[in-house]
Amino acid sequence: MAQRRVVVGSSVGLHSRPAALLVQAAARQPVPISIGKDGEEFVDARSILSVIGLDARGGDEVVLRAEGAEGSDAEAALDELVAVIAANHDSGELNSA
Amino acid sequence: MTKVMAAMARKVGMASSAVGIGVSLGVAAGPVARLAAPPTIPRDSGPEADVTLAAERARTALEAVAVDLDARAAAATGPSADVLFAQSMMPRDPALATQITKALDAGRSLPHAVAEAFGVFRSALEAAGGYLAERAADLDDLRNRTVAELLGLPMPGIPDPGHPFVLVATDLAPADTATLDRELVLAIVTEQGGPTSHTAILAKSLGIPAIVGCAQAPSLIDGTTVLVDGGAGTVVIEPDAEQVRAATAKAEQLSQALAASHGPGRTADGKAVALLVNLGGAGELATASEVDSEGVGLLRTEFLYLNRTTEPSVAEQTRGYSAVFAAFDRRKVVVRTLDAGADKPLAFVDHGEEPNPALGVRGLRLAARHPRMLEDQLAAIAAAAAEHEAEVWVMAPMVATPAEAKAFAERAHAHGLAVAGTMVEVPAAALRASHVLAECDFASIGTNDLGQYTLAADRMAAELAELLNPWQPALLELIQRTAEAGRQLGKPVGVCGEAASDPLLALVLVGLGVTSLSMAPAALPAVRLALAAHTEAECVRLAELALSAVAARDARELVGSTARMP
Repeated sequence: MAQRRVVVGSSVGLHSRPAALLVQAAARQPVPISIGKDGEEFVDARSILSVIGLDARGGDEVVLRAEGAEGSDAEAALDELVAVIAANHDSGELNSA
Repeated sequence: MTKVMAAMARKVGMASSAVGIGVSLGVAAGPVARLAAPPTIPRDSGPEADVTLAAERARTALEAVAVDLDARAAAATGPSADVLFAQSMMPRDPALATQITKALDAGRSLPHAVAEAFGVFRSALEAAGGYLAERAADLDDLRNRTVAELLGLPMPGIPDPGHPFVLVATDLAPADTATLDRELVLAIVTEQGGPTSHTAILAKSLGIPAIVGCAQAPSLIDGTTVLVDGGAGTVVIEPDAEQVRAATAKAEQLSQALAASHGPGRTADGKAVALLVNLGGAGELATASEVDSEGVGLLRTEFLYLNRTTEPSVAEQTRGYSAVFAAFDRRKVVVRTLDAGADKPLAFVDHGEEPNPALGVRGLRLAARHPRMLEDQLAAIAAAAAEHEAEVWVMAPMVATPAEAKAFAERAHAHGLAVAGTMVEVPAAALRASHVLAECDFASIGTNDLGQYTLAADRMAAELAELLNPWQPALLELIQRTAEAGRQLGKPVGVCGEAASDPLLALVLVGLGVTSLSMAPAALPAVRLALAAHTEAECVRLAELALSAVAARDARELVGSTARMP
């Protein structure tokens, strides 16, 4: 089973917008991907409620697994999700003024 | 009361009416529309006959809720759009659908299966605490919406009858009012709440006539026409045309007098009392700056920080303050530094667990824990002030001791901010006002919090509304003490709580020695008018009357029967 480790790049962690972007990306993949922290339960990366429930903060390391899948599809899927998690999605603009 | 009963009451000459506390001036008549309560889930009727069909119905209901959220997310911008974007994905979560099917298979009826599925995720979030526990409330809202959709009940939240209406509710929460449309909501009547409740503050800021603490509110049913007088605090049920005409004419007369009043605040004998506005965000800026005022007496800066996942940079903050200073060019702007913590936690600050947040690390106390945040804020205010002609003052919230006032003023002065003061919200600061004022340049009394802490009554506790009444003589005495300290030291002492927006109480505050009044922009003309009708000596006499009263109600009655209100 293919897997990757990645550090969460957004300071807010996998909440709000970064979590939503990850879930959207996971839903696009041909193989199911699960996500979790070391030693904790893994959850479906397509479930926003489960991903938020992980409470992964900015700087935390998380693990992605292509469940029961190997090969280039699985590798490509993992690469794409790693990029989404590692990126800093903190919205920089000030809306209120 | 039914229409028939109301008609009978009129026939025999009885006034069919309800009373409450008028908190926002104005008169309006229109049909009642009630804020729908969250749906009650019926008793579990056992297994669904067709589990597949039930699961499909759940999917349809969830999709309807998601589509509604999509629309709200599309209409929102910035950080709240991010939150809504994530939220709109929740009803479509495949794991939620799996949990619903699981509960249906276990023999639950459909509404219970939905509630149970939400409950699984809710308890996980709640257990995590902090930011995630807040999201648990979002899940409750989604569950309520989905169940209402399934049962064909009205959507919880602000009603949408398709025409202007009088909004009637038990109470209004901030979440209910985020989308309130002043074109549609003619007036507001709530059963609970007092003069400082969220409903009162909101209604005043929007200029919607409002009555709170109206015990008969539950008997006002959808579609009944009511006449609401937000000044007198009365609701006439099924009014006749003459009653509506008379009330409207009286309101019209007052509104003409208000429109004619202008210029700086003055008593009848010419004593200057600066009249300022409270401002809570860029959204209110256009309205607030157009009002004929002498500036901003309270700029709440939380709008730059709340609903964000990251701390705003100095440059971002500077832009935010610049927008306000530009709109109030050549006028005064009193900036209150960040008042976060307690009921206003920040997503990017670890507030820790607090058993009693109102007495915890909030306001200036948070700056002791995160000194750089205050430094950045002062730097941003100073940078924006340097670009504009506004007369910028700064003040710190939740100051309790002279040492805190001194430390804040020194830091502000070091940033080139010449006038630095203290909010007086903590009784200790009022009791030792002469020492506190000796260490800084001015004081501004936050009557809402000072009332809450003096009477030991939680502002959020509707049952304690009477203790939170700003006419409480104990509160007035602390205001007097603070104002007197200011007078002796020659330093300004203002009031920027809701108390300042009650024209009658404003007279008392001036009589107690307060030198400026800051209020919701919509309330300012009525305060100016009342002030212009009384001399300083008369204000002092009214203040003495209020202080001589034993109870808050007596104080208001005594003053009300003596003052000459326009």
